[in-house]
Amino acid sequence: MWNDVLALIWIVIKILIIVLPLMGAVAYLTLAERKIIGYMQCRIGPNRVGIRGIGQPLADGLKLFLKEIIVPSKANAYLFILAPVLTIAPALAAWAVIPFNQDWVLSNINAGLLYALAMTSLGVYGILMAGWASNSKYAFLGALRSAAQIISYEIAMGFALVGVLIAANSANLQDIVLRQSGGFFHWFWLPLLPLFVVYWIAGLAETNRHPFDLAEGESEIVAGFHVEYSGITFAVFFLAEYANMIFISALASIMFLGGWLSPFEGVPLLGSLFAWVPGIVWFVTKIAFFLFLYIWIRATLPRYRYDQVMRLGWKILIPVTIVWIVVASLAVELHVGPWFNY
Amino acid sequence: MLESYFPILIFILLGVAFGLVPVLASWIINPRKGYDEKLSPYECGFNAFEDTRMPFSVKYYLIAILFILFDLETAFLFPWAVVLDKIGWFGFGAMMIFLTLLVIGFIFEWKKGALEWE
Repeated sequence: MWNDVLALIWIVIKILIIVLPLMGAVAYLTLAERKIIGYMQCRIGPNRVGIRGIGQPLADGLKLFLKEIIVPSKANAYLFILAPVLTIAPALAAWAVIPFNQDWVLSNINAGLLYALAMTSLGVYGILMAGWASNSKYAFLGALRSAAQIISYEIAMGFALVGVLIAANSANLQDIVLRQSGGFFHWFWLPLLPLFVVYWIAGLAETNRHPFDLAEGESEIVAGFHVEYSGITFAVFFLAEYANMIFISALASIMFLGGWLSPFEGVPLLGSLFAWVPGIVWFVTKIAFFLFLYIWIRATLPRYRYDQVMRLGWKILIPVTIVWIVVASLAVELHVGPWFNY
Repeated sequence: MLESYFPILIFILLGVAFGLVPVLASWIINPRKGYDEKLSPYECGFNAFEDTRMPFSVKYYLIAILFILFDLETAFLFPWAVVLDKIGWFGFGAMMIFLTLLVIGFIFEWKKGALEWE
């Protein structure tokens, strides 16, 4: 009995070790985004709170927390309040299977990748619920668009994950990383390059980010599904969106860029020079690279039109993934190269 | 085996708590002073003149149905991909037949214009 309680407390501590830095990362990702986009547009970005704007996320969080929660008339109050909670819970829970380093994982389950896919798909319920419960036309239209877009790109994303499974021969995320050991050119980005590109584009669409942000589309439907949300309920949606961005980046680096493995493995001089760097440093660096890519794309590309989004998802990404699944499984049967030779 | 899923259950519960606690705390400490104009749904500055729960394009429904088909397909592919090296050419051939059938259906949808969006 006493041992069970201790085990439970230990699990909770481990979860907090994952979630609290994640929350910090989300907070400072918002600042990084504003700063980077600012400099890309020849502005400075937020620089008033603290030294060079370092306190901005905390000030924003405090402000949102102290604002009134407005529940619109005729809105369904329970669903309205529940929607942000249902969005953030899977966004956080997905992190349970992410290996941060060799054996640094909360729950090393066999079906890790399946679990990750399941959790990222659950986010769409929160969005639909928010759009329906707000009783606002913009929210309703935004939720419809967002749901159709997310489920369309989920197919391409699922197929891309199947390609990784074929190459790695396991759905356990730690096995997937270990299968890629042997240096930069043994990572799956090279043999699965089309799937890597498809996964990344689908990841942008899944998180409703630019250039696929027409669920929010400020200039057409003001803010989409969360137009009626204020104060902390809006902040929770925001947290969930950014946590999802970091999760997609983490999954991309695990599946295609070798997770915590060093890029200099096997290189004559550099390999031994960087051997002391702990794996989590490489992992965080790879995540940061993908997050920068998110922000860079947002600053660069204009928004797609809705029919273009659907055409890209159904007519380009899905055929590409189906073809590459066949190619990858043929490569497994024929034991091609250093990647499929086991 | 099953006990490695227990931390996940705890994580999901904590995730719900992470969403619920700030919302409830904010609900309790902040004032709520609503009046008609403030609580009405946002619509470009004038009163809403139509019900929100209006009919919407059947396209969304079609996309959802197609999604179910393809997502089921992914569910079949997942276990197949993991054991592909053990089931050899027989497993490969079986899945290729299945994929061919699916692709024929996909081409049919494409030609019928179910994927067009105007």
